[in-house]
Parts: sequence; structure tokens; C-alpha cells
Amino acid sequence: MWQELLGARSRPAINWIERGAVRRFAEAIGDPHPLYLDEEAAKRSRHGGLIAPPTFGITLDYGGIDGLRLPETGLLHGEQRISAVRPLRVGEMIMGQDVFEHYYEKQGGRGLLTFLVFTQTGAAESGDVVLSMRKTLIITETVRRRWEG
Amino acid sequence: MSADVQAVWQVGIELPPLTLPPVTRLDLIKYAGASGDFNPIHTIDAAAADAELPGVIQHGMLTMAKVGLLFSPYLESGFISLIEVRFAGMVAVGDQLTVSGQVTEIAKRDDETIAHIDVTVRNQRDQVMLAGQVEFRLFAAA
Repeated sequence: MWQELLGARSRPAINWIERGAVRRFAEAIGDPHPLYLDEEAAKRSRHGGLIAPPTFGITLDYGGIDGLRLPETGLLHGEQRISAVRPLRVGEMIMGQDVFEHYYEKQGGRGLLTFLVFTQTGAAESGDVVLSMRKTLIITETVRRRWEG
Repeated sequence: MSADVQAVWQVGIELPPLTLPPVTRLDLIKYAGASGDFNPIHTIDAAAADAELPGVIQHGMLTMAKVGLLFSPYLESGFISLIEVRFAGMVAVGDQLTVSGQVTEIAKRDDETIAHIDVTVRNQRDQVMLAGQVEFRLFAAA
């Protein structure tokens, strides 16, 4: 089912890096840094304005991959990589896109594990990719069996 | 860049570790709302039990975000250009996490300096919950 979708790309999605969303995220992760919250302090910094925390990119929309189905509950997050040319800036537009990169199965101590790997990119208004992420999801045998019914 | 900040970025130096307050369910609910990750294994007991978990578990991405806290004191002088982690264990409500990091390499290229740091998050039983690497790119001297 997943095999045939390998390499599939989402339709790119537009995101605006909103000040309120960044503030709520910074507060939720327990990191109320002035660079995330205080416009004046951020303007005076080397960053030149408000930025988003390093993991904020995970909250953006990268567009849906047609035909891709995943269990709604029970997905586990195995690995995550985030690489950034620069921090995301409050107020900017980021075009997100998702690619279904890799799929494999492994026998684990508690049954068959299914691994799904996605790469997500964020391009700035200039078209330059400023954010690249790689996400590995794991589906346990129990979750997969129930989902496949 | 102040002298004490510069002094941190030397091979072998350990960044001051952070021990965080115990994880609460409200932390997980707030993170679900702020991140848009509403996978119910993080907030609803029945969903966690359904997935054969002993209870709700913290979002891996929240544990990863806590690694960022280690670098927040240095954000005036650079930013995280890479963070790559493996989620090695499940963090439960009540767990007390400690985030630590050690500088393993300082790479210099032209006028760019990138510090490589091994990062680890452990729980109160000293079990590794997250392990990975960070690259912190330092701004060139103004």
C-alpha cells in the first residue's frame, strides 16, 4: 500500500509565520526568549527581528500527499532531523512541501515495526529553501493490525 | 560576542545542564494546542491504553524542543543550524528530564564557525530518552 507511493510529493502549502503562533509555541515549550517574544529586543539583535524557535517548523503545513493513508492514532515518532539555513522569521511566508521518501519494515522485540520516512522543506518568498526536515514515523504491529482491520 | 559566551565553544566543554520541572499533563495539552499535534496518545488515557502504552506520553517534538533550551543563552551569537535526534524512550507525566550537551568539534570554514554538540535528554532514572547532535552556527564577529 505504501510501496507504490514512494517518492510521492505533496502539493506545496503556503504558511505565514505568525507572531501569536510563535509566542504560544515558545510558551508551550517553556522557552519565552526575548528573540521569540519581544519585538524591540529582537530588532536590536543580530537576527534583526523576531524569530521562531528551532523546532517551530514542525507546526507548518507541508501539504497533503494524495492517496497517503496513515493510522489516526498510535503513530510513534522515531527520529527527527531539522536543518536550517537561518531561523524562521516572524511575518515571513514559507512554502512547505512534503515528500514520502522511504518505507521499510523491521522485526522488533514486540512484533513487526513499520517505518515511514518523510522529508519536508520550507522555501522562503525568494524561493530559497531555508528549512529541511526528515521525520521517521513508526507503526507498531498492534496499531497496524487494528488499523488494517 | 562576550568573552564568556565565546569560552563555551571549545571541544570537550559541557554546556550547563538543565533539569526541568516534572512533566505535567497540562504541559502536553498546551503543546498539543500550540503545535497542532493532537495525536491523542499524548493527552487522553484511553487512547494511550489503546496503543498499549502505560499512560499518556510526551510528544517527541516537545522533548526535542527542550534541547533548544540548552542553546537559548547563546541565541544572540548564533542559531541552531542542525538538530538531529533519535527518540530513545517514552517520557511520561511526572518524569523529570535533564538536558545535557557536550561540544565535540569546532569547524571553521572561511569566516564561519560551527560548533558540534552531542546532546542527551535523560529521565530521573538516568535512562536516555533522546540522543542526538546539534550544530550551532556562530555569527562572524561584527
